[in-house]
Amino acid sequence: MNLYTFLQNLINGLSLGSLYALIAIGYTMVYGILRLINFAHGDVFMMAVYFAFFLVTLGKVPWLISFVIAILAAALLGFTIDRVAYKPIRNAPRVSALITAIGVSFFLESFAVVVFSGIPRSFRNIYPKFLNNMLILGGHEEVKYGRNVIVGGLRIPIVSFVILIVTAIALVILWWIIYKTKIGMAMRAVSVDIPTTSLMGVNVDGVIGFTFALGSALAAIGGLLWATRYPQLWPYMGFMPGLKAFIAAVFGGIGSIQGAVVGGFLLGLTEIMLVGFFPKMAGYRDAFAFLILILILSVKPEGLLGKRSVVKV
Amino acid sequence: MKKFLIVFVVLASVLSLATIKIGVVLPMTGGIAAFGRMVWEGVEVAHELFPDVNGETIELTVFDNRSDKIEAANAVRRAIEVGKVNAILGEVASSYSLSGGAVAEEKKTPMVTPSSTNPLVTSGKKYVSRVCFIDPFQGWAAAILAHENLGVRNVAIFMDVEQDYAVGLANFFMQTFQELGGHVFFEYYKSGDQDFTAQISDAMLTGAEALFIPGYYQEIALIAIQARQLGFFGPLITGDGADAPETISIGGDAVNGLYFTTHYHPDSPAVTENAKLFLTKYKEKFNKTPAALSALGFDAYMVIRDAILRAGNTDREAIAQAIRTTSNFPGATGIINIDKEGNAVKSVAIVKIEDGQFKYDTTINPQ
Amino acid sequence: MPMKLSNRTNFILTVALVFFVWLLLFFINGHMNTYMIRIVSLIGIYGVMAVSLTLINGITGIFSLGHSGFIALGAYTSALLTMSIHQKEVTFILDKVAWPFNSVQLPFLPATIIGGIVAAVFSFLIGWPSLRLSGDYLAIATLGFSEIIRILALNLRSITNGALGLKSIPQYTNVWWSWTWLLITVLFVGSLVNSSFGRALKAIREDRVAAASMGINIFKHQLLSFVIGGFFAGISGSLYAHWLTTIDPRTTSIGVMLTFNVLIMIVIGGLGSISGAIIGAGLFAILTEWLRFLEEPMKIFSFEFSGIAGLRMLVFSAMFVMVMIFWPRGIMGRKELTWNTLYSKLRRGSGESNE
Repeated sequence: MNLYTFLQNLINGLSLGSLYALIAIGYTMVYGILRLINFAHGDVFMMAVYFAFFLVTLGKVPWLISFVIAILAAALLGFTIDRVAYKPIRNAPRVSALITAIGVSFFLESFAVVVFSGIPRSFRNIYPKFLNNMLILGGHEEVKYGRNVIVGGLRIPIVSFVILIVTAIALVILWWIIYKTKIGMAMRAVSVDIPTTSLMGVNVDGVIGFTFALGSALAAIGGLLWATRYPQLWPYMGFMPGLKAFIAAVFGGIGSIQGAVVGGFLLGLTEIMLVGFFPKMAGYRDAFAFLILILILSVKPEGLLGKRSVVKV
Repeated sequence: MKKFLIVFVVLASVLSLATIKIGVVLPMTGGIAAFGRMVWEGVEVAHELFPDVNGETIELTVFDNRSDKIEAANAVRRAIEVGKVNAILGEVASSYSLSGGAVAEEKKTPMVTPSSTNPLVTSGKKYVSRVCFIDPFQGWAAAILAHENLGVRNVAIFMDVEQDYAVGLANFFMQTFQELGGHVFFEYYKSGDQDFTAQISDAMLTGAEALFIPGYYQEIALIAIQARQLGFFGPLITGDGADAPETISIGGDAVNGLYFTTHYHPDSPAVTENAKLFLTKYKEKFNKTPAALSALGFDAYMVIRDAILRAGNTDREAIAQAIRTTSNFPGATGIINIDKEGNAVKSVAIVKIEDGQFKYDTTINPQ
Repeated sequence: MPMKLSNRTNFILTVALVFFVWLLLFFINGHMNTYMIRIVSLIGIYGVMAVSLTLINGITGIFSLGHSGFIALGAYTSALLTMSIHQKEVTFILDKVAWPFNSVQLPFLPATIIGGIVAAVFSFLIGWPSLRLSGDYLAIATLGFSEIIRILALNLRSITNGALGLKSIPQYTNVWWSWTWLLITVLFVGSLVNSSFGRALKAIREDRVAAASMGINIFKHQLLSFVIGGFFAGISGSLYAHWLTTIDPRTTSIGVMLTFNVLIMIVIGGLGSISGAIIGAGLFAILTEWLRFLEEPMKIFSFEFSGIAGLRMLVFSAMFVMVMIFWPRGIMGRKELTWNTLYSKLRRGSGESNE
């Protein structure tokens, strides 16, 4: 591998990682507060993307407004899922909650298959063209196949910059909510001890619902940006990214938002570098992500930035 | 009362025997639902034009295989045991035809696949046949296209390790291309992958002049987009997996200039009576130009019907044998001759995507 | 009337039940169409999968999501052993079959057992690091391992034939094989549960710290339970492969979806109950077949199919979520369907009328 390809792979890895990071934030937030692996996270993002798609294509709503509506709809969806599926089993063993989450994920995917059909749809015309362009550093112009093109040089997807900016804004807003508002304080309280928090007069169910809504909104943002980078919609589009985002969150330290960001970038980088250095192993790329996960869990289960928690008897 | 019942039952069973049942097993949902839909459109056109044979109505029942291998076998089994069909039309992808074909063979029911190109689908079988060419031929034609027509010498093959079709076609391409003196190397991916940037960068590093992507349209479209984004401007060549409108709708500008091998294009010069009939009726019914898979679906129906016509009865064994002796049948995709292995010897149409349209480029004939 | 049935009565009743079931199977085999017979075989296979998983998840309390990995191991190993050498040569068109499979062919029973052993070995290797983790992490780790196994199967073409998978596996599985293995599994796991080992497992499940302070070696017990569950998962894999006659590493046939399906079975039947697992397996098999009508109402006289594709899975998953919400304990909860429970119901009925 030469320097150019290495740098390009680096850029590609960070670009992919930024998407994982954004999706992981929502995942880790829900886990941090509720200790629930919300398997349906990736599917919520899938629903949000489809929603935006139909708003633009059928409703002829301008893309930015569609995105905003989709994000709000996703928040509502997350809240509803919590109310309907997770609240009734709040006091059941954790296993039940996890299995229910799997069931909800399954349900959303089947729903999408029936309602949206399994045929992949294109997201290409939804957002303005410039988002799909690449920023080209270096290279030189040539005429190839009858067109003026730039050959060589490093290519950075413009959408990656957008993702970074959006992630930064999301982090700031999230920080503000969690540390500077009453509901944020309530969220922190719920993450420590639910019974005591409710004894303090906090509407625990409401707080949890809000957490889900917030997490789902983040998932939706991540999903919409994912679809911008990889413009193909299909009912299972959220499954792998959701799983990888979860791995990223664990990698960085589940429950820690900074950890999710770090984990996301690292996972994206490792995944691309693996294929870059060992192209023959491209078929193993997902397996590799799992391997990392298992290694982390064995060696440092609290993740890179997490704190070791002691279970008191 | 009893007598009436007996007569009724006998009459009902005779009447139900009087219809010929064809089980249409297709991926109506799942990853390649687009293909299933296209084949079905062609079958519908054929059924509307020719709804009966030998004085009996042909009844079609659809069984969805959900783009799943296990389901593919189940669907065929249900069609035969529960649906009591005389013949099976299907399936689309080679993986599913292999799975379902094993059942059809076991149950001695004739099966005609419109589009499965992997040689294993028919090899060693008596009841499973196809109306399309097989991948060794398609791979050979693609290699000729790359080496002779496009003049490239160094090709990166993007192989989908999860698909029988892709793996087979990749290897057949490689064999011929290397024989012609070209050089290939492999990049790997899996169905469902969305990021191919690392593989594309690697391909560019090793000096690929063209990419051969013998997979399905979802990944082809994304690979094309990312290749162009990363600055790879060489020709993209694929197999018939790209023959779906989604390739263009998802790929957009990136797939302009993509060449693929396929079975049919409405503008190709080999035109039979049935081809014209098919084209007119299809346009009238669906208001768009047909894809190759629709034409093949049409042909599969017609070949089954023709076999029943020649066999003169609805016995499964007789139909199966008649299918294998189909000769010079004028299908929508050209003259169909089915050899004793159950394979059709046909030409390959080369299509180029230009300005967001499928444009006919040339035909490569079997040697 | 006595309060509880004596052990002797229990035994006689159980033997009678087994005999009755065998008679039923004999009848089914002779009189129903092959489609139905295959479903009955499948119930047996699902039963083995479910019971082996409930041992791990329900009785020992280890939340494992990796079951499909062990099923796959059993499936591949046994299939590679039962296929004829010629068949293997024909199927492996890209990479030649590796040793020792290229020169070995075994009958069904030894192949199945070896499949189970291979799965057990891997359970040991996977359990060793995974069981040190707790709860959710354990779940994800085992999920990861089963995905790794699947991806290895996809890429190690000389062993598994990669994406092409194995075809034309001899169809050995019939109602006898699947239900006999189910019986063996139930007897083994059942006697395990009722022994001191089983009590230790339940103690671990209820309160780890208390169990540890009683001197129970948690890790050893969990690992052993995991390995036994893995062994029977491998057996079920072998039965499954020889029922399907074709296996390949695609997600729906032997991947994460399979784990979820088995999970659904044991949750509906009752997490922690062996009889619940069997009931769940049976319900799942029958329900997935029965719900097909939602997708393809057969149309006569025309070629319109008005079934909505995918509706079956939608209804299924909706039902699953609803069962979880309203009935999280499942049908049997943790209890077993024993002669004693039936008897006490009978007793209560006649007892009340006496008083």
